[in-house]
Amino acid sequence: MSASTANTIASYTGKKLGSLRSERRWALWTAYASLIVATIIFLAPPFYMLVTSLKSSSEISNLSGNPWLVRAPTLENYKELIANPLFRGFFVNSVIITLCVVAISMVISVLAAFSLARMKFWGSQALATGVFLTYLVPDTLLFIPLYQIVGSLGLLNSIWGLILIYPTLTVPFCTWIMIGYFASIPKELDEAALIDGAGWMQMLTKIFIPVALPGIIAATIFAFTVSWAAFVYPTAFVTTPEHMPLTIGVVSQLIRGDTFAWGQIMAGALMAALPPVVVYAFLMDYYIAGLTAGATKG
Amino acid sequence: MAADGTLVAGAPAAAGSGRANTMQRFARQRSTIAFLMALPLIALIGGLVVYPAGYAMWLSTLNRRMTANIGLGNFEILLESDTFWMVIMQSCIFAVGAVIAKALIGFWLAHMLHHIPAKGQRKWRGMLLIPWVIPPALSTLGWWWMFDPSYSSINWLLNIFAVPAVPWLGEPWWARFSVILVNVWYGSPFFMIMYLAALKSVPDQLYEAAAIDGATGWQGLRYVTLPMMQNIISITVLFSLIVTFANYDIVRVLTNGGPRDLTQVFASYAFQVGILSGNLPRGAAVSLFMFPVLAVFAYFILRGINRRNKEQM
Repeated sequence: MSASTANTIASYTGKKLGSLRSERRWALWTAYASLIVATIIFLAPPFYMLVTSLKSSSEISNLSGNPWLVRAPTLENYKELIANPLFRGFFVNSVIITLCVVAISMVISVLAAFSLARMKFWGSQALATGVFLTYLVPDTLLFIPLYQIVGSLGLLNSIWGLILIYPTLTVPFCTWIMIGYFASIPKELDEAALIDGAGWMQMLTKIFIPVALPGIIAATIFAFTVSWAAFVYPTAFVTTPEHMPLTIGVVSQLIRGDTFAWGQIMAGALMAALPPVVVYAFLMDYYIAGLTAGATKG
Repeated sequence: MAADGTLVAGAPAAAGSGRANTMQRFARQRSTIAFLMALPLIALIGGLVVYPAGYAMWLSTLNRRMTANIGLGNFEILLESDTFWMVIMQSCIFAVGAVIAKALIGFWLAHMLHHIPAKGQRKWRGMLLIPWVIPPALSTLGWWWMFDPSYSSINWLLNIFAVPAVPWLGEPWWARFSVILVNVWYGSPFFMIMYLAALKSVPDQLYEAAAIDGATGWQGLRYVTLPMMQNIISITVLFSLIVTFANYDIVRVLTNGGPRDLTQVFASYAFQVGILSGNLPRGAAVSLFMFPVLAVFAYFILRGINRRNKEQM
């Protein structure tokens, strides 16, 4: 009796397992098929940009043959751009702006997040909500009044105007994710530090910053990406080519006249996109952590 | 709950007035330092967000030369112009269409990623996130080139399957579609990564319990996954609605509002009216039309996040 029950159970589970396995195999195949299709579509534009950037003008204008392949690859477009002082100027501007903005954003947001997450003062809860709401304000909502304000400060057509304004894009989100990271540090740590006679500044630099380092890296990457990719403000505030950062520089200055130098435009766009992609390639986990922390932790 | 200074709040009464004074001073000093630390942030938000917002409202009531106050004149003129109604319509089509597509594609891809063995996920995730990493103004240049009327590489591919060439940016509805397509390409990875994080936080036991109760894969999705992810889905959708509604880069690079202003969205129209045509007050008015919509979305996001926080506590 007991043997037969065991038998039926075994055969039952065996059948069940078999169907489960085939179902799972199906699901796996669907998954891989979707991922492959999505990857091809997602990577096609950058791939095509790369292909175009390696072509000479005559090959680009030659309509016979597959445009997705390059027959005589050349680095001429890249060489020309690197030799172009205007393009080098865009690059330098972008680097200066980004470095300053990242430094300013991190100082402001780490100090503020520490104060909002741990110390609290009258109205600090409202301020934390305010920070989040500011993060939701898109740059296109306020660029016209900011244009007037930057203009009245005499900072139009200057990278300093951009350095002044960009932190409005970076600081709210950086503060927000730093509040999350700081709040997750156990209170016992700072109580111990207080008992040992540490001041607030010491507590921040000796305990909070080292412990929340992954959060700080994530916030730094975010600030870097945003200020490197910012487009609305430089488009509005800068019209002189020598003060343009890369994004608007490539979009507005490499496109000149009636004949587009497509190879050069694509080479410029790819070179301009390279820094964020490199940072992403090496620090992907921090990048994603920062991105998802904003919505899941908050 | 409140910060560390209060951990002794009960003690002073017993410990005598001398001790209480020290504690009070300590607490006061602490909140002063805290305020000073938050001061740069307050200055930034006050000076570069709140003040410009108020300034925008005042600016939008001025005439073109900014010499006289014309009340709501700019808003009236805008609401009377057909172009502006087209802008409103196009902004809504653009935002709603793009966000629905992004959410569906993102959800699908997150699900597929979640299904494959954990070892390979990193690699796929890394590749699928690339559209989101490239600054959109630059990748849109690539799309622009792919949509080029005479050299379009997409049309070349379609040609292989004997599909006639598509006037990507030349015809109004195709141009609208193209703008949405580029936005979906750029934004889907964001949804994918948010949903993937949410999927990973659903406890396996729930699926096991559902499987024991005889739930099919579809039922598991409907009765376990969706309810568990409901909050994060709504937060992501609302957030993306804000960002997409206020998008500028893609329209500027791809169509610059054309053909005949039919792909203008709020942001690009505000730019054209305010900066390029030099009518700052009216440009500010165009931007301000976005405000009520954004405020409503922001309210719901905040509500969703508060609810989420309560659940986690």
